[in-house]
Amino acid sequence: MQKVNLCDACSKEKGVQDPTGFALADLLLGIGAAEEIEKGGSTQKCLVCGFTHADFKKTGRLGCSSCYEAFSEVLGSLLKAMHKGTEHVGKIPERAQRVLQLSDRMRSLNESLQKAVAEENYETAASLRDQIKQLESEIATRP
Amino acid sequence: MKFANVMSNAGEWLRGEGPHHQIVISSRVRFARNLRNRAFPGWAKKAERAAILDLIKPRVEALPEMEDAFSELLQDLSATEKQVLVERHLISREHAAKSGGSAVVMNRRQTLSVMINEEDHLRIQSIRSGLQLKQAFKLVDKIDSALESELDFAYDPRLGYLTACPTNVGTGMRASAMLHLPGLVLSELINQVVQAVSKIGLAVRGLYGEGTEAMGNLFQISNQTTLGEKEDEIIGRLTKVIETLIEKEHNARQVLIQQKSNTLWDRIGRAYGVLTNAHAMSSKEALNLLSVIKLGIDLGAFPEEKRLSVDELFIETQPAHMQKSSQQKLNAEERDHLRAEIIRERLKVFPKPDIGKLAKQSGSGSAAESLSDE
Repeated sequence: MQKVNLCDACSKEKGVQDPTGFALADLLLGIGAAEEIEKGGSTQKCLVCGFTHADFKKTGRLGCSSCYEAFSEVLGSLLKAMHKGTEHVGKIPERAQRVLQLSDRMRSLNESLQKAVAEENYETAASLRDQIKQLESEIATRP
Repeated sequence: MKFANVMSNAGEWLRGEGPHHQIVISSRVRFARNLRNRAFPGWAKKAERAAILDLIKPRVEALPEMEDAFSELLQDLSATEKQVLVERHLISREHAAKSGGSAVVMNRRQTLSVMINEEDHLRIQSIRSGLQLKQAFKLVDKIDSALESELDFAYDPRLGYLTACPTNVGTGMRASAMLHLPGLVLSELINQVVQAVSKIGLAVRGLYGEGTEAMGNLFQISNQTTLGEKEDEIIGRLTKVIETLIEKEHNARQVLIQQKSNTLWDRIGRAYGVLTNAHAMSSKEALNLLSVIKLGIDLGAFPEEKRLSVDELFIETQPAHMQKSSQQKLNAEERDHLRAEIIRERLKVFPKPDIGKLAKQSGSGSAAESLSDE
């Protein structure tokens, strides 16, 4: 644990109200992180787990996976400063890959349907509509 | 498998047989994974943590890789037993501090360990001897894929795997290697190397990770970032840097042999002298001196067949290992005394350093160990 003594003026300048919050977020996420978190406003709350913005500032950790959405604004700039890129390019879980495939297939079916309707090819359109319905139910019953 | 089996069986990485094992002690890869929409362990209430544990633990235990595994709740392990696992790098220091609602499951060979409810719901780790990051990655990846078919992991198409700490988001992967770099330390090049490595987005740390001091000339090098780079790219980049460090360490040793041989032989001779005669020794002093003996073996001052017994001393003289094997509670003074005794006993059968052999090397200028050993 590193002890930091700040005078009134410096602590204001650094945006430190809660000294423990300052130490942890800065320590874990890098100097200036607490300040960055502060910018996001302190009224936000994750609707799934109840984790607040103040909790994040204090611990430098999040409450649950949905917090990434709840605090997306402040996380955006933090992640940018912290990582090599802003988007994941690595492993995709098979589950997510299946969803991705299903939505890709849905998109191409819809495109074909529009084309068939435009060309007044109603027989093809009807068959495409059936396929879309089947795909929709597949997506709905996905584990 | 019982704790006694863990204790009596050294595990694969401690036997030190992997590629480049003289310099690369071990390679580790870990994935952080969480269940979707469930509070992370640090935020979850006691009951929720217990429910998450009940959901995950049986699935980990059912993996074919975990046949006859060691599986324990953290609350059922003593402080010393947890510390033994930390000293073997099978659980993290943070995990050892946990009790209710956390568990560890590891395989018989001690190459795979899964921490449940550490900072994340799952920390899947593989540790191997020598430079084997790719092999460690393959195993962790396989276990992750197997678990993912039964557990709904928190994953976002844009941010990847979602973790309790934003520093792990994306791949959730940390790959690291433990390096023994006495040559670079003795020739005072280590700070330069550490700085260069930090500049390319890799972290260098001491023996037990974040915030720990470098003892025994041991350094941990790992990837700093997890978002915006593929897993195999991270592993590839890290492996390349480690190979460069191996080369730099060999070069530093060559220069020392040729230009500062007296200092080098003096260090080795003194380490031998102190270790074979001391009656009280802290674990820090032991690590530092054993490191010099290990260097002596690499350079041919001691017979090669003594290598394993020195490698074993590195871990056997750690506080919790001594406490556990002596089967009694020891205070610091008693530990230092026992540590010196264990080392004296082990080095009794060690011949004096063969300076003649070393001198021959400095004459010919050939490397004791070249990179081509693998």
